[in-house]
Amino acid sequence: MADEVLDVRGLTKRFGPLTAVDRVSFTVRKGEVLGFLGPNGAGKSTTMKMITGFLSPSEGTAVVRGADVAIDPIAVKSRIGYLPEGAPLYGDMTARALLNFVAEIRGMSKPDRKRRIEEVIEQVHLEEVIFRPIETLSKGFKRRVGLAQAILHDPELLILDEPTDGLDPNQKHEVRTLLQKMAPDKAIVISTHILEEVDAVCTRALIIAHGKLLADGTPEELRAGSSAPSSLSVRVAAAQAEQIRGKLRAIAGVGFVEIVGKVAGVAHLTVSPDGGEDILARVSEFVRGEDVGAEQILAIPGSLDDVFREITQGRGGH
Amino acid sequence: MRNTLIVAKRELGAYFSTPVAYVFLVIFLAAIGAFTFYLGSFFSRSQADLKPFFTFHPWLYLFLIPAIGMRLWAEERKTGTIELLLTLPVSTFQVVFGKFLAAWLFTFLALVLTFPIWITVNVLGDPDNGVVVASYVGSWLMSGAFLALVACLSALTKNQIIAFIVGSAVSFLFLMAGLDIVLGAFRSWAPDWIVDVVASLSFLTNFQLISKGVIDLREIVFFVSMIGIFLFANTAIVDLKKSA
Repeated sequence: MADEVLDVRGLTKRFGPLTAVDRVSFTVRKGEVLGFLGPNGAGKSTTMKMITGFLSPSEGTAVVRGADVAIDPIAVKSRIGYLPEGAPLYGDMTARALLNFVAEIRGMSKPDRKRRIEEVIEQVHLEEVIFRPIETLSKGFKRRVGLAQAILHDPELLILDEPTDGLDPNQKHEVRTLLQKMAPDKAIVISTHILEEVDAVCTRALIIAHGKLLADGTPEELRAGSSAPSSLSVRVAAAQAEQIRGKLRAIAGVGFVEIVGKVAGVAHLTVSPDGGEDILARVSEFVRGEDVGAEQILAIPGSLDDVFREITQGRGGH
Repeated sequence: MRNTLIVAKRELGAYFSTPVAYVFLVIFLAAIGAFTFYLGSFFSRSQADLKPFFTFHPWLYLFLIPAIGMRLWAEERKTGTIELLLTLPVSTFQVVFGKFLAAWLFTFLALVLTFPIWITVNVLGDPDNGVVVASYVGSWLMSGAFLALVACLSALTKNQIIAFIVGSAVSFLFLMAGLDIVLGAFRSWAPDWIVDVVASLSFLTNFQLISKGVIDLREIVFFVSMIGIFLFANTAIVDLKKSA
């Protein structure tokens, strides 16, 4: 496919008896932001280290725009911008010296170097710290220097291992905005265990646990795949809450009903379905028919958190 | 070669951006001065040569070269920057050679800074400057062999102290390979030719031959091949650790 930037084929890594990554395959196309999700120790970083040529796979390989990392690692490395886990940087260098070093190694001409360094400094807001030794910078700035060196050569493929880890909410937002801005003409892979990040920036998510790829889809698809179907929230007058609760229970398909709060004369009832049936129609019919003072029915979608827990603990098992 | 030089430039900068470079230079110059004038009896020998000066080079290198070389790989592993470095579009050998080159240029600078003693001996007498030049070349080549050895050992660990101690110990074995302290361990069981091979690996013997003033191709080839072998081993170690 013309747009395909990264093709991961059966990537496997064994450390002695432990299989850290087990036959992981996926592709990433230009314009996609792929979220790599998984609990700590699931094999996310190991997979990224193999794609970027830092670790050799036990089996399988990764191909970046036709270049195989096992055969031509230099070509692969020159096409990737990589932020390793924890954003390791040379602490004794200033941010500017580090960016210049990376630009030189990446073979950029002197005028190119100057121009691009100025550009990325502006993009990740490093202006105020650019001449300070990296070891004196805060965690947020260090992470941004790491990000700056990764995007310096305007790579086709960006691989970022937990790019927002340790940042405050404002900084996280900035990084996500930057990723969204760059997304259209790059393929981006980010690893994270923060699920809100997936909703914020990712067009697709992979869930990995115990080294195995367990799910692959858009955040919506993953939610839809959850075996926990939508529950409903019904707002009623507090005085009648108990009585309505009993009647709701009697409706076919309803599993259990819970009163979650009584505040200022209003109560919320959470109605969960018994099986996989959609209970919205029946519940709303009941509420309309009975004059119970119900004011609102809301569907509560299955959250990504639930999906994540279900996939990585349930069938992800061992 | 371009990438090697870029790596070397960064690495050399790293020596000077921390106190390591200055501490090393001061200690090296003070120690070499003290050894030459007190232990080597520079003045009371009443001879216009630098023999007492060069005699102590191998012994200083035994501790000072591991001090420069121990950080080359161990520090990168400890701080994780090795992942940044090795995912840039450079080959492992380019990095290995660049790091070695930086440290070797640094010892070159240290040797250059001993020039006052050369001037002194020329002011006081009429030394054979050919011998002096040969000795300097020999000393620098020997320092390169020690450095390549220590860099190679540094790639095995993320602990700089271990790199230093093991580096010093192995350097000692290579330095003394021509003497009984090492050869004794082989004589009892090994055939003569093995004992001869081990003896020929002695840094001390090879250095003493050069510092007699005759730059023989054999000694130069010896040190250069030592450097080559250890750099090759260094590359292999770094590559092997990728698949570990």
